[in-house]
Amino acid sequence: MAEEGTQHPLKIYWIMWIALFVLSSFSYATDFMDHGALRTSLILLFMFVKAAGIVWIFMHMGWERLALKLAILGPPVAIIVLIGLMSLEGYYVEDSRLDNYGESTMEVETPGHH
Amino acid sequence: MSEAVLDSGAAEAPGKQGLVDDWSRDKQVFGVPWGKAMMWIFLLSDTFIFSCFLVGYMMVRISTTDPWPNPSEVFALEAFGYPVPLLLIAIMTFILITSSGTMALAVNMGYRRDRNKTFWLMVATALLGASFVGMQAFEWSKLISEGVRPWGNPFGAAQFGSSFFMITGFHGLHVSAGVIYLLVIAFRVKRGFYENRPGGYEIVEITGLYWHFVDLVWVFIFALFYLW
Repeated sequence: MAEEGTQHPLKIYWIMWIALFVLSSFSYATDFMDHGALRTSLILLFMFVKAAGIVWIFMHMGWERLALKLAILGPPVAIIVLIGLMSLEGYYVEDSRLDNYGESTMEVETPGHH
Repeated sequence: MSEAVLDSGAAEAPGKQGLVDDWSRDKQVFGVPWGKAMMWIFLLSDTFIFSCFLVGYMMVRISTTDPWPNPSEVFALEAFGYPVPLLLIAIMTFILITSSGTMALAVNMGYRRDRNKTFWLMVATALLGASFVGMQAFEWSKLISEGVRPWGNPFGAAQFGSSFFMITGFHGLHVSAGVIYLLVIAFRVKRGFYENRPGGYEIVEITGLYWHFVDLVWVFIFALFYLW
């Protein structure tokens, strides 16, 4: 059983490899876009597609049985709850800082000028 | 797998029926070598560690009222007379992807019992990993020389430095450990250590799982810390 699904033709790895290169180039290209909802969604889209490719093909998760898939990929879903709670809390803390200390008066340097 | 023979002999059903069977049939649940199951469970726990770091970074970045340093300027490098944003980070990303590719090929060659190719592909993976760590060391020294510290920096919110050093430091530690792990297993493969062992070359796949995970974490760090 362990041997089944471990000797695939090499082709799928080459395809995945090239796909990761292309997707990473796309990811890098988003850095030249204007900041906004489109750029943010593209960053997340390329991130998730790359992550899925690595887990599914390179880590062979696509060939594992459902019992292992769910045991490993199920628990991280809980992180979504943590992200939700912490961003709520983050915005609350930011608001109370603004209410109590006012806007930031920090003077910043531009990187690369010294 | 010899353990599977202990099973009643019924065919392994796929999908949902298989899920119920695997958990209820009084046998080992995961039809994979124990080493592989343990590596997956270790990686699951590591997923939570990195998630906590990244969520912590999200929280401090949202809550600070100071301006967040622009990563695309902070991590720019001078090339051909122009500052190119995230140049080194992009190169590091491609290096890590390349190393994931050589690792995937090494796993495949391992199962084909081609010791020589497995060895060299694993060594190539380790060298790419080592060059990644080298570039990260360069990145760290550059930032430190510009005054970035875990408690403050000239470019904006103090939390930038603490998040940067903690997240990339922990990832770099994983890469360094992975390089050592890869080399140990590669040299064992070369001298035929796994030729007559029960698990055979599964170990190459297990090592590969760890290495791909390191690449996986970098995908998230690249998107959420450097690009965001």
